[in-house]
Amino acid sequence: MAAIEIIGLSKTYNVGFWRKRLKCALRSLDLTIAQGEIFGFLGPNGAGKTTTLKLLMGLVFPSSGMARILGMEINDPRMKARIGFLPEQPYFYDYLTATELLEYYAQLSGVAAGDRRRRVSKVLEQVGLPDAAKVQLRKFSKGMLQRVGIAQAILHDPEVLFFDEPMSGLDPIGRRQVRDLMEELKRQGKTIFFSTHILSDAESLCDRVAIIHLGELRGVGAVEDLTSSVEGRVEIVWLGNSVPASVRTIVTECHASGDTMRAVLPETQQDAMIDALRREHLRIVSITPVRTSLEEYFVRKLKPSEAAAGVRS
Amino acid sequence: MSGARVAHIASNTFREAVRDRVLYNLIAFAVLMSGAAILVGQISIGIERLVVINLGLTAVSLFGLVIAIFIGIGLVSKEIDKRTLYTVLSRPVRRWEFIVGKFFGLVGTLAVNTFFMALGVFGALLWVSHGFQLADGWVLVALYFIILQFLIITALALLFSSFSSPLLSAVFAFALFVIGSFAEDLRGFAAMAQGAVHWLAAGVAYLVPNFSSLNVVSSVAHGQPISAQLVFSNTLYALLYTAMAVSGAVLIFERRNLK
Repeated sequence: MAAIEIIGLSKTYNVGFWRKRLKCALRSLDLTIAQGEIFGFLGPNGAGKTTTLKLLMGLVFPSSGMARILGMEINDPRMKARIGFLPEQPYFYDYLTATELLEYYAQLSGVAAGDRRRRVSKVLEQVGLPDAAKVQLRKFSKGMLQRVGIAQAILHDPEVLFFDEPMSGLDPIGRRQVRDLMEELKRQGKTIFFSTHILSDAESLCDRVAIIHLGELRGVGAVEDLTSSVEGRVEIVWLGNSVPASVRTIVTECHASGDTMRAVLPETQQDAMIDALRREHLRIVSITPVRTSLEEYFVRKLKPSEAAAGVRS
Repeated sequence: MSGARVAHIASNTFREAVRDRVLYNLIAFAVLMSGAAILVGQISIGIERLVVINLGLTAVSLFGLVIAIFIGIGLVSKEIDKRTLYTVLSRPVRRWEFIVGKFFGLVGTLAVNTFFMALGVFGALLWVSHGFQLADGWVLVALYFIILQFLIITALALLFSSFSSPLLSAVFAFALFVIGSFAEDLRGFAAMAQGAVHWLAAGVAYLVPNFSSLNVVSSVAHGQPISAQLVFSNTLYALLYTAMAVSGAVLIFERRNLK
């Protein structure tokens, strides 16, 4: 059974006050996410990522199509007891302390009374907030609120997690901690569906990614497949600070970096280049196939003008 | 269990009101009642009870009304605006449980508030009369009717809050309270009117909540008894009206996209 099945999910809003017009936020989205997978949902700002997550959480209703999570309908309370959700830029009841908030959410999630305190302490520890347990949330920074958001999502030990921009508002150490936490959750067998426009996070964490733009799915696949060596080029690095004449006949452009030189050339010329370097008694440091980065793939899937909007690597 | 989730939401709503210092209005009420008791004792000879009961119960009603409207209108809209709702409804919480929990949370706040104000009214009565009379027991019935009014106005504020902006919700709720306070007069006017005006006036008179029959402050201040039949019919009326308004709020909220 798939963890998440999305079948032809669409959402159209009526916008405008006097003259109503239709705005399509999501167009017939089809996705299947396997259990235990970390799935990245990528797209620039306004692409439809948050709309998709809101549809999956039952916060907005689809115009057409359907989705199942753990084989159950999206508004089934039994399913909701088995999922966790972190909204984008979460805001919580700021008159509560972190402990009070998490205990309240534990009550709503049906966590047994005897188990609540232990769970709350454990997740506060996991997100690095054990010292802020008794502090009112109105005194929390944006990054601390993001951590509380992650804590409430994992509090009831859900099987499937939905994170909307989980790294938003975090400093580099916080981002690293969240990445580590997500990897730990994956090791525990959890399924994670997370939206982001920070491609490096997706590249380092995800098994598969989907790219969405203007409400339309532009591509989906394993990160390794999307970033595989479709270029047919290799990068050769050797020790030295000059380019011998015999090498110049093979490759026209070389870059110096400290005491090494670097050249990118077609795979077909790789052997000739290696022979030339050996003849010159130059030590080869590395030969690496050139991989398409996720960013390059992302940009290719968007038109250049579209790609300019909100992409960070 | 639904009941437990409703209770948790209600309890959190109550806690929010307490932490947002809503109950601080009790200080203003205490000052008002103390001042009134001292002043009335000096200037009103023979009608101290009447003045204290009238003033006290009217103040209980107005203080509660302001709380019911101004917190009631934000019960849903504030949660949507601040997106606190997202982390609640993504849990095994049904939308109707959220609405009903919010309703009971505010009603609980108002009940606690009214309880302490009632202590203030009885304290002031004790001060001016140097003791209680049997007729003072009717003050409890008047307070019960005031709580019934709070039930209706909270349900209406919640209903408006489920589809309208806070400002418009406040205007609608307050307008209904004012019109509802003259519901008996409207019914009298409808009975006398002819043709379309009769139907229009009768429609409005029976649609708006009948707050005038729930207002027995003047009778109680004069020591007049309240019939058991009125207590029964008012209770039934208030519960039915409240249930209809809360059901309306649930029906609207169940279909609402939380953008």
